[in-house]
Amino acid sequence: MVLVQGEPSTDDEGDRAMTTRVRWAEQLIRHALFACALLSIVTTAGIVWVLASESFAFFREVSPFEFFLGTRWAPLLEPRSFGILPLICGTFLVAGGALLVAIPIGMGTGIYLSEYARPWVRGILKPILEILAGIPTVVYGYFALTFITPQVLRPLIPQTEIFNVASAAIVVGVMIIPTIASLCDDAFRAVPRTLREAAYALSATRLEVSTRVVVPAAMSGVVAAVLLAFARAIGETMAVTLAAGMTPKLTLNPLESVQTLTGYIVQVSLGDTPAGTIEYQTIFACGMTLFLITLTINIVAHRVLKRFREVYE
Amino acid sequence: MAELRNMSVTDSRTRSATRRVTAAPDTVISAENLTLGYGSFVAVRDVSLDIPDRKVTAIIGPSGCGKSTLLRAMNRMNDVVPSANVQGRLLYRGLDIYSPRCDSVELRLKIGMVFQRPNPFPKSIYKNVAWAPKINGYRGDMGELVERSLQHAALWDEVKDKLHQCAYALSGGQQQRLCIARAIALQPDVLLMDEPCSALDPIATARIEDLIDELENRYTVVLVTHNMQQAARVSDLTAFMYMGELVEFDATETMFTKPGRQRTQDYITGRFG
Amino acid sequence: MNAEPLDFQPGLARRRRAGRLFTLALTAAGLAGIGFLIVLLARVLWEGAPSLSRDFLANFPSVLNPPKAGVKSALWGTVWLMTMTVLVSVPIGVATAVYLEEHAPNNRLTRFIHLNIANLAGVPSIVYGILGLAVFVRWMHFDRSVAAGALTLSLLIMPVIIIASREALLAVPQSFRHAALALGATKWQTIRAHVLPAALPGIITGVILAVSRAIGEAAPLLMIGALTYVAFVPEGPFDAFTALPIQIFDWCDRPQPQFHHLAAAGILVLLSILLPMNAVAVALRAWHTRRKAWQNSGI
Repeated sequence: MVLVQGEPSTDDEGDRAMTTRVRWAEQLIRHALFACALLSIVTTAGIVWVLASESFAFFREVSPFEFFLGTRWAPLLEPRSFGILPLICGTFLVAGGALLVAIPIGMGTGIYLSEYARPWVRGILKPILEILAGIPTVVYGYFALTFITPQVLRPLIPQTEIFNVASAAIVVGVMIIPTIASLCDDAFRAVPRTLREAAYALSATRLEVSTRVVVPAAMSGVVAAVLLAFARAIGETMAVTLAAGMTPKLTLNPLESVQTLTGYIVQVSLGDTPAGTIEYQTIFACGMTLFLITLTINIVAHRVLKRFREVYE
Repeated sequence: MAELRNMSVTDSRTRSATRRVTAAPDTVISAENLTLGYGSFVAVRDVSLDIPDRKVTAIIGPSGCGKSTLLRAMNRMNDVVPSANVQGRLLYRGLDIYSPRCDSVELRLKIGMVFQRPNPFPKSIYKNVAWAPKINGYRGDMGELVERSLQHAALWDEVKDKLHQCAYALSGGQQQRLCIARAIALQPDVLLMDEPCSALDPIATARIEDLIDELENRYTVVLVTHNMQQAARVSDLTAFMYMGELVEFDATETMFTKPGRQRTQDYITGRFG
Repeated sequence: MNAEPLDFQPGLARRRRAGRLFTLALTAAGLAGIGFLIVLLARVLWEGAPSLSRDFLANFPSVLNPPKAGVKSALWGTVWLMTMTVLVSVPIGVATAVYLEEHAPNNRLTRFIHLNIANLAGVPSIVYGILGLAVFVRWMHFDRSVAAGALTLSLLIMPVIIIASREALLAVPQSFRHAALALGATKWQTIRAHVLPAALPGIITGVILAVSRAIGEAAPLLMIGALTYVAFVPEGPFDAFTALPIQIFDWCDRPQPQFHHLAAAGILVLLSILLPMNAVAVALRAWHTRRKAWQNSGI
């Protein structure tokens, strides 16, 4: 029997019917899977559309000039004022403080994991970092509000306010340590072993190999790790809302209370704000600002990471 | 296996060399019944040999014969592997390399190494050479040291106009000569070379071989190679290893004209390998 | 010994000392996270354990009578949310991963989907809350229901599930697929019978980690208006609800110390769900990696 592709003999009538049915089913499944994949694009489109349309309505009432350059944020009180700078200031103050905590500890842990730790220590430390990353942010908020501020900060520095930047920055910093540590660990481990051997053979100590060969060679990976962690810190909500307070303010003093973009959004959502009002729309304008900031940082981070991978893979 | 061990042990030259290890002033590195392994795997078994001063000593043998492991033991590069273990003694000018008194960092100041694949740092040519002198507290004129090292590595003329370009822009052969320059910038006593030409084309290989010839006046060179012609061309002495054991160790000329062992003869005439 | 002796001052003692200090600093950094975790857990246990009782699990929250307050509605709300979130996000997430790894052509659209998912994973959770508020609560009129919350959380953890499942699928050797296809299996039969089972441990690990993230999320639920004071257990997907993290937030946000004790007790309940989940995920992955390593060395 000669089988020509696409032309089964008539004896195989039954087979052909089955084959057609199977092909149909295959196509159907394929399309269903594709539809699921499209959902991610729909999600993004939904986010952009929701934020943009309500923000657009907001900017018909409030000029973008006032919004982005104004220095007073008081949308819920008379006289109203819609200058977002205090919120952005608070956001970056907390996130920047978090980086001050997380960069040394996270990078140190990353170097320790990739260059120093024996396999069994690694096997213990990595899951612990994962547990740290898995603790809900509201728990960190509780810890900052009921322990770090009253038991640690205020005994040390009595003028610390009940709500303050420092306690929020500390817990957000701890929260992003796992991100920095494990991404740095990945980046350091991607540095070829031959570079370490070259340095050891040139009579370098482990410290010199780590800090003068491995870290510089993995610098872009470290930068990407810090950026991704920074974006997470900026978008962090519950701990910051609980610990940093609700006082929009242009300040650099870490002992004072501020409000962040996320904190403001939560504050509005806790009240019962009717749709269509300007207060309701401020959520979307703030959300849009937050989304654009984190998206930009994430895109830059992924670019840097891609370049880093191209160097060593 | 038993037969092989017998051969290396009864090799008269190696045995007598082992006995007069501390007495001979011209011996730089000597192994005494050295056995090296990873976990339960034995890579080098009961090897004894003396590496003489200011000579090029080649170690040849089929892949997996333990020649690289032996070489890497000489500046303790095997330390990086946690399960590595050592029996017997390995001496550098009378100092036991694996005794607790020997600091691997200090040892590597005296014993430099060039690797199989060129592995310059992702830095400029200048910084590649200046890196080790800098961390080791070089007090002289760094520019001069870099220039001299590059000259000794026969690379200066090709790179003198682009010292601050990234080393990755160089060709493979140039990178390998840069790695040699980087190693000799510390003015080591011994230069270990682990198949330094295996990743290079024939022309680049020829240049490195010429360079090894020139280095011989200044340094003791230990060269691991799978290329017998290379060993014959550049070395003064040749050691032949097979399955972790030292089969024969003699003047290169003797090894390649009238080897003492049948297995050496078989290997250098290409009957296996 | 050499022709021109050079002026090196290697300062080995100083460098050894610096090395020891550095090792010490790194160990401290590595221990800092562990130390923080221990202090946090000890604090929560110390503050929360006295309030933890059978009544705490069986009572509804009470603003007027803190000693009698409990987490019954929050606990059930969380159970409802999780069940629905898993039902929605896991099939869609895994299907997306299967499409991207097994079917997708390497074209611009596919690359865009990849990029899009990577970026979605970095969108702050509160932004998902805003999306849920506008789409599920207002536009679809689900109001402040379990369904609106579960759909919002599903969108939130979908990128995590997709990325984890893709990695698991990527780790399945091509030979598995070739062997099945060569025996005449169709693509879907191959995926269902060979590829998915092989990738299952990785997918399950990813799903557990994603779901445990969803369990702890409060911000998106606050956005869609999950109520903080609910004295009933939801009976259907369109009932109003509260959840453990919301209840904890509410208690934390009150100034009186007795509410902080309730918050700590609530955290203990939440962590006693989350920590075992994380432990299972980590153990599953460790087991799977070991098995894979064994298989590879066996070949």
